[in-house]
Amino acid sequence: VKKMAETTSQYCTFQVHDLYFGIEVMRVQEVMRPPEMTRVPLASSVVRGLINLRGQIVTALDLRRRLQLPERGDDQEPMNVVVRGADGPIALLVDEIGDVLEVTEASYEPPPPTLTGVTRDLVSGVHKLDQHLLLVLDTERAVSGRFA
Amino acid sequence: VDDIDDVIKDFLIESHEGLDQVERDLVALEEGESPELVARIFRAIHTLKGTCGFLGMSKLERLAHTGENLLSKIRDGELQNTPARTTALLSMSDAVREILQNVEATGEEGETDYSALERELTRLQTPDGEADDGDAAGGEATGGEADDGEADDGEADDGETDDGEADDGEADDGEADDGEADDGEAAHAAELLGEAAAAPAADSRASSTPKAATVAEKPAAPAEPTAARPSLSVVPAPAAGSPGEPKAAAPADVPAPAADPPKPPEARPTSVSDGVVRVGVDLLDDLMNLVGELVLVRNQILQHAHRIDDAAFGATSQRLSHVTTELQEGVMKTRMQPIGNVWSKFPRVVRDLARACEKQVRIEMDGRQTELDRTIIEAIKDPLTHLVRNAVDHGIETPAARSAAGKAPEGTLLLRAFHEGGQVNIEIADDGGGIRADKIRARCVERGLLTESQASRLSDREAMQMIFQPGFSTAAKVTNVSGRGVGMDVVKTNIERIGGTIDVQSSPGEGTSFKIKIPLTLAIIPALVVRSGGARYAIPQVSLLELVRLEGDQLGQIETIQGTRVLRLRGDLLPLVDLADALGIEPQREDDAVNVVVLQADDTHFGLVVEATHDTEEIVVKPLGKELKHIDAFAGATIMGDGRVALILDVLGLAQRAALFGEERGRLREQAAEPETRSADAQTLLLVESVQERPLAVPLAMVDRLEEIPVERVERAGPHDVVRYRGEILPLVHLSRMLYAAGPRGDGETYQVFVVSHEGKRVGLVVERLLDIVEAPLSIEPLGERRGVLGSAIVQDRVVEVVDVAACVRAEMAPRHISSAAWADAAE
Repeated sequence: VKKMAETTSQYCTFQVHDLYFGIEVMRVQEVMRPPEMTRVPLASSVVRGLINLRGQIVTALDLRRRLQLPERGDDQEPMNVVVRGADGPIALLVDEIGDVLEVTEASYEPPPPTLTGVTRDLVSGVHKLDQHLLLVLDTERAVSGRFA
Repeated sequence: VDDIDDVIKDFLIESHEGLDQVERDLVALEEGESPELVARIFRAIHTLKGTCGFLGMSKLERLAHTGENLLSKIRDGELQNTPARTTALLSMSDAVREILQNVEATGEEGETDYSALERELTRLQTPDGEADDGDAAGGEATGGEADDGEADDGEADDGETDDGEADDGEADDGEADDGEADDGEAAHAAELLGEAAAAPAADSRASSTPKAATVAEKPAAPAEPTAARPSLSVVPAPAAGSPGEPKAAAPADVPAPAADPPKPPEARPTSVSDGVVRVGVDLLDDLMNLVGELVLVRNQILQHAHRIDDAAFGATSQRLSHVTTELQEGVMKTRMQPIGNVWSKFPRVVRDLARACEKQVRIEMDGRQTELDRTIIEAIKDPLTHLVRNAVDHGIETPAARSAAGKAPEGTLLLRAFHEGGQVNIEIADDGGGIRADKIRARCVERGLLTESQASRLSDREAMQMIFQPGFSTAAKVTNVSGRGVGMDVVKTNIERIGGTIDVQSSPGEGTSFKIKIPLTLAIIPALVVRSGGARYAIPQVSLLELVRLEGDQLGQIETIQGTRVLRLRGDLLPLVDLADALGIEPQREDDAVNVVVLQADDTHFGLVVEATHDTEEIVVKPLGKELKHIDAFAGATIMGDGRVALILDVLGLAQRAALFGEERGRLREQAAEPETRSADAQTLLLVESVQERPLAVPLAMVDRLEEIPVERVERAGPHDVVRYRGEILPLVHLSRMLYAAGPRGDGETYQVFVVSHEGKRVGLVVERLLDIVEAPLSIEPLGERRGVLGSAIVQDRVVEVVDVAACVRAEMAPRHISSAAWADAAE
């Protein structure tokens, strides 16, 4: 148990609607305000557009839409979390960026049965924190598969 | 060195590199037997031999040939690789280097005599050459020095110790072919080896410590051929078949040539191979990416320079632009390879295949220097090989069949490559039996790709394209040569994947020719930037035919019939596709004018309606992420001068999306899957009117072209109207006369003609008016026997008669019969 408690990992945390997510810091390339995006006709609505990330073309996915959550209000400007995917970087639009948290393995648990639907598919586990639950986002799944 | 021509220069560089590898492999081989290693050594020597034979270096060729023979036996397992054989092969490598150096310095192979080495290599080719040695040596040992087997051992041990030293020396130097520092030690080791060699039991010693022995020889070998030679001459005497010959004779035999070559090993650093640097492909790719970025920045700056009025800045940005362009060209060049690199293996492929098929085929190559980006070279390697194999296997006939057809027994396969309009054209043409359209039709029916009636309605040209259908194979039997499950459809797919096109032309009895067009490079392409729905899109220039802007009265040239818009452009009906509609975006009309970008997709031309056209720019193609790859309307994305992303349109995908092709391909695929629904499937139909109020339909897929022909160009030839058309004489058939026995009316100035072809025969069918092009399911109700009409069908709530193109073409060929039938019809 002691050994477990010592193994910590750092998570980049963010808010999407009423959910509190974390992605391992190593998987996050950068966080930024979304630059101008180019719409992709014929693509899934989850694809918000293409952005120019210093010469690299990156697809931006709206995590709210990906998780089938209600749309963001017009006044709410999203933030962009660029994660390293298997095929290069991909941008996730989230509501608000939180702190980088250090959590121990002791607080880790598999996803609770209360999670359902898409969210359940994209969450690989949870960390029980004092204030709330931190959902660990499975980025590979979040950026792949067929979106609605 | 200056006047050595490029071929020899390349040969020298490659050979030196090849030999380095051979030597490493030979040594590695002693560490443990490995078929791959032997095979690789064999290939290297084989290549060397082939090339020097080609370059007329007979001495080198003979030497390499002898070595190759020995290697082939080792490779085939007939012989074991023994230290003596390794040594001999290494010596051969040295000798080859000597000759190469002579060639480089003087252009000649040099005077050195290598016959002793050749003899040695030959001797070692006998399975018992080695064993004999052992026996002979052993025999001598027991005979001559019967008293001290122990002394042998002692000597061997000594040798080993010293070898150890040499080993250290080499370790310091790494691979150190040049190892001058070793020379002392190496020579020393070699001396000891020489001594050991002189000792009768040398062979058994050597094989008891094979590792030490080769390691010692290794540094010695390249540095100083003499060092290796004595040890190679361990037991030359038995080779001569005279075991009694004094041993001393052999070493004496060899040092002589070794002393001869004037070339010291240091000659290499100044050699041609130093004018060339091998660079990793990764680095080149990185550079290419960076240049791509630079091109974008350049575009950005140029845009900025247009806006601000500053002469100095303008001049500087122009300069930047030029330098960038040059840099881009330079970096692209580093990635370019001549297509000959792919072709070089074809003569062999063709030769082997021709022998296997018992045919005589000569391969001719034209334009092997034509350069292509290496990524493209990679991508076309397999399709080209397939086409070449196909041509030999299926295209060219057997000598007997050729002679019977009055052709030379030897067939010719011509490969041709040339640059044209920013693209590379590759042709693969044979003078074989050609492809017969009726055979293809029959095969399509047999394979369930088409129904009888569909097949009969295909023009020859369309039938030819059917060979690219999945599940189609023209070979009467699947041979082991081609037809191994990789069909022409895969060839087509692979070529289209890199933005290329493939076309086939064939005339029965004369041969078949495949024409491939591929882009020079995939990374940076010229593209036209257009605007639609407020966003910019790039259209690769290769698909671009022309730009048409219609204003005011000209808008009347666009006819909208039941939602389908067509543009009358110089007599052709051009289907129009609105980009905004195709992409499902809101159009943003700015003015009344209509901008049409005329595009070519496969054989189809169509007009893409956009809101505005901008400049043509060099764009850097970036792939889309896998989450977007499935959208066939886009080929990728690029970053524009202002830093924003624009999508690159995939013209072929767009045309398919808009269901433009008589949807031959897509439709046929569906049909293969669902044979029952075939007849009801939607087709693109050309609606025409021949006699007032009596519409006729023709599947657009059967129509080659639509033409407007001035009446004064029509000439009479016998009973027919004919017109000179694209270098041939096109017979005209008046549908009104044929179907309704009514004379042509028209406006008296022009004939509306659609050109069809059937079984290689082209005919122009004259109608009153071209009405429309519609997409509709075609379900034909027979109308009884009636010449020129297949039956009637309901198209868009109107009854139309469907023209029997085949019958119309035949009608032209058998005029009397037909006209009487037509009259009979008319009489009814």
